[in-house]
Amino acid sequence: MSANTAMAEKYRNNFLKEIEEQVEMGDWVKMCMQCGVCSGSCPTNFQSAWEHPPQELFMMIRAGKREEVLTTTSMWNCTSCYNCIVRCPRKLPITHIMHGIAEYAHRLGMAPKMQPTRFFSGLFWKNCTHTGRVNELKLSMGLYFKDGFGAGIKEGMKMKDVALGLLKAKRLNPFELLGGHKCKDQKGIQAMLKKAYEIERSRKAAKMAG
Amino acid sequence: MAKHEYAFYPGCSSQKGASASNYLTSVESMCKTLDVKLTEIPDWNCCGASIGYAEAGELPRHVMNARNFALSEKNLPGQEIVATCAACWLGARETRERLTHSDTLMADTREALKEAGLTINEMPEIRHMVEVLIEDIGFDEMKKHVVRPLEGVKIAGYVGCQTNRPFGVAGESFENPVYLDKMVEMVGAESIPEYDMKVTCCGGALAFSEPEKAQAQIKDIVESAYDHGAEMIVTPCPLCQANVEIYQGQINQRYGTKFNIPVMYYSQLMVVAYGGGAKDAALNGQVIKARRLEEIAAKPAKG
Repeated sequence: MSANTAMAEKYRNNFLKEIEEQVEMGDWVKMCMQCGVCSGSCPTNFQSAWEHPPQELFMMIRAGKREEVLTTTSMWNCTSCYNCIVRCPRKLPITHIMHGIAEYAHRLGMAPKMQPTRFFSGLFWKNCTHTGRVNELKLSMGLYFKDGFGAGIKEGMKMKDVALGLLKAKRLNPFELLGGHKCKDQKGIQAMLKKAYEIERSRKAAKMAG
Repeated sequence: MAKHEYAFYPGCSSQKGASASNYLTSVESMCKTLDVKLTEIPDWNCCGASIGYAEAGELPRHVMNARNFALSEKNLPGQEIVATCAACWLGARETRERLTHSDTLMADTREALKEAGLTINEMPEIRHMVEVLIEDIGFDEMKKHVVRPLEGVKIAGYVGCQTNRPFGVAGESFENPVYLDKMVEMVGAESIPEYDMKVTCCGGALAFSEPEKAQAQIKDIVESAYDHGAEMIVTPCPLCQANVEIYQGQINQRYGTKFNIPVMYYSQLMVVAYGGGAKDAALNGQVIKARRLEEIAAKPAKG
């Protein structure tokens, strides 16, 4: 049974409870009073990029629209500007809830596969935890080459002037490809993260069982 | 002994050859003038940034920041942690807040840290460099060191998001913070308090993943600076700086604009005003050269 099927079985007809127990800050969702300030304050929603803006997602969660919420591209448009958080009259930590729903959808394998920010988000986390520090060059290359070699060269060419500007200003180092900056205790970092994932997984499983 | 000492968390983008290396160079010169001693936290790691959210989870992300707290406590006991990067500062502050408010999260964090042979006994204070300047040093003291005021230079103070929300600088409003304008005035330049894009988002990580969305926002930020007669933009955030500066060429292609406005760090303005040379202020680190500042930096200081 896939993780998604297991969750859907367990929380049948109670998607709000599923979000409350499995999503970071999910227990805040019920506090939303549908005023829409979050949606009106969101820079990418201002560009009509969100299929379902935050307050709509909150109502959809309460209405049990599981499939629609977990498969939407919406939350992946979050730029982490925190404007919704500081303006929300009910003090919902909306940015974190958006990240939380996105993470959950990604964890269940329901997030849209080709959404570029979903891809970049995973890439960033892998990049920075691999050696303990971000390797900016590998991060950019990883993004440009996500659709294969040919597309990567094309994407890279589009960015050539930006890259040259940074190179001249000594803010891009081609030798980062050969290794680059890293932490000394990478072993400790890996062990620590492994443990953290173990603990987090067991806490979520306990909530599901309880 | 220096007047002010802190445990320093420079962050990934400040490293040699990275996108904000010019920020670090100018911060170091600025701190020398102000007698601020920054001691790098040994073997510090990435904060995870907001954009890592797809896979970071809650505990792993806090554990990353907690490792820095533990290293700081072990090697630089009693010192407050100072970050120059908005994302590092926000990430660390958020972890501090969450761990302080949840005993379970704290206990889980300690258990994970044990795997790296580390522990936390005390929660450190997490400060942004601008907080240190405003709160610990103060505008009067900062101004005392100005020997080469940036007279006649009109500068738009672009605060951006993560230095401003959700934590922000004490006493400032989220909608219209004024400390950056005050810093512009402090170095003898002309501020633009009515600059209406001062807290607009630059698109953050979407500048990489979905450039058309981020560039629509950057266009507004730059356009408004021009509309207010600015000849340069100043910011406290490494990602704001990079996003607003380096994509101007692409925005010009996309929208038919003719943008070419330098985007500086507050520390670069201060170093030039404090009598430092172009090299001390890392003016060579600009993709769009700040000619006006280069000229000022080449003049002798008034002393």
